[in-house]
Amino acid sequence: MTAAPAREAVAITGLGVLTPLGPDVAAFSEGLLTGRSGVRLLDEPEFADLPARLAATVDLTDRLERVEARTLDRVQQVALVAAREAWADAGAPEVEPERLAVVVGSGIGGALTILGQDAVLREKGPRRVSPHLVPMLMPNGPAATVGLEIGARGGVHCPVSACASGAEALAVALDILRSGRADVVVAGGAEACVHPLPLAGFAQMRALSTRHDEPEAASRPYDKGRDGFVLGEGAGILVLETEAHAAARGARVHGRLAGAGLASDAHHVTAPDPSGAGAARSIALALRDAGLTPEQVGHINAHATSTPLGDLAEARAFATALGSHRPPVTATKSNTGHLLGAAGAVEAVAAVLALRDGVVPAIRNLDDLDDEADVDAVRTVARQHPHDVALSTSFGFGGHDVSLVLTR
Amino acid sequence: MTDAATATRSELLSGLAEVLAEVAGTPTEKVVPEAAFDADLDIDSLTMVEVVVACEERWDVRIPDEALEGMKTVGDALDFIGSGAAT
Repeated sequence: MTAAPAREAVAITGLGVLTPLGPDVAAFSEGLLTGRSGVRLLDEPEFADLPARLAATVDLTDRLERVEARTLDRVQQVALVAAREAWADAGAPEVEPERLAVVVGSGIGGALTILGQDAVLREKGPRRVSPHLVPMLMPNGPAATVGLEIGARGGVHCPVSACASGAEALAVALDILRSGRADVVVAGGAEACVHPLPLAGFAQMRALSTRHDEPEAASRPYDKGRDGFVLGEGAGILVLETEAHAAARGARVHGRLAGAGLASDAHHVTAPDPSGAGAARSIALALRDAGLTPEQVGHINAHATSTPLGDLAEARAFATALGSHRPPVTATKSNTGHLLGAAGAVEAVAAVLALRDGVVPAIRNLDDLDDEADVDAVRTVARQHPHDVALSTSFGFGGHDVSLVLTR
Repeated sequence: MTDAATATRSELLSGLAEVLAEVAGTPTEKVVPEAAFDADLDIDSLTMVEVVVACEERWDVRIPDEALEGMKTVGDALDFIGSGAAT
């Protein structure tokens, strides 16, 4: 197949994550390559009655000033921690504030604040409700927090597309840089909603794993024994720059965001289209945007949440979009659980690391590959695999399909 | 809880310093009567509401919004809380 003319790629010069695998990119990388799990049983009393009591949580101890912790929702806190790492990793670029933008998505927003302050309202009355309530609950809170931290005056944006939010944020950032509206964009996703109510809601959808006796084996994409996803929390933030801006300041370039493709299913609000047609279209659009052919894809970081239906629909999408080509597939959620609106950004970081290091991490817990999943799943140990192009997919309730193409 | 009516001014001052340290991370040595909440202590309007609520709980008083408008400095707050007007 002949590739379309490529549109401009943008440089990735900073990486930051806070995930259930640890405090930073180094811990994340080590955890993926050694196949650790960040999933645990929620044994705190408030979770006791839930039908699904597994989650992958992060540790924020001593990561923020006390005042920051009081006035920022947890989703803003995780975004801030990851953004600080990414910004420092990029060397704190000198850029005109008017040429610096932020795009940070979230699927849920400040849910913990809403729930906690609702309890305050009921128990103590309206005069005890925090004056910080509204800026803490608004879905654009993480984006606003990051924008304030780095002094961005070139626009602060928050795409909301459920579990595709983090990937869509990177797609929006790519558009901003290509259209000349900024020189540097700090972009990614954040999520923090581990609380009995969201867990109860997902459990009522029968979307969650209930493998309580083996928490670390609960998230198992493509495995025959998979029984749902594990809710996770965390954030992934990347610093993106035009090639010209990165070159002019001599920035270290980790990799490149070369293309993005966005589509939608118009099928069902939560169920994936079993054919994977929308997902496949997003992949084809992303490759066309990058000017690359399906055969050039060197590995896929799949959305693969460990739900029975979703993993297979996605596998069909790969076959539709890539034809007979079967690049190695990995699934970060087998280690981190499902970080919802942060997942796409965290997994883009994983894809950049795999490209940079020439190693594709193994899918944890993949003991018995589903016969219907026609994928070259990386199993047991990470695969040494030098390559130049990675595909990362993200899909969200609402029928959102977002694919990203990353290059070295 | 200390009774605002019987507390000395220095007790009120140290109590307010504790509130500001807790709510806004303000260094105790900066909390002096002439310090302005906004210009000197960097307390924004939202945080000021938190300070007021914390003072109300600490001294079992009520600080109405009208009184808040005249409360520009630490000294203003001490005057109001200690005056008996805050009921």
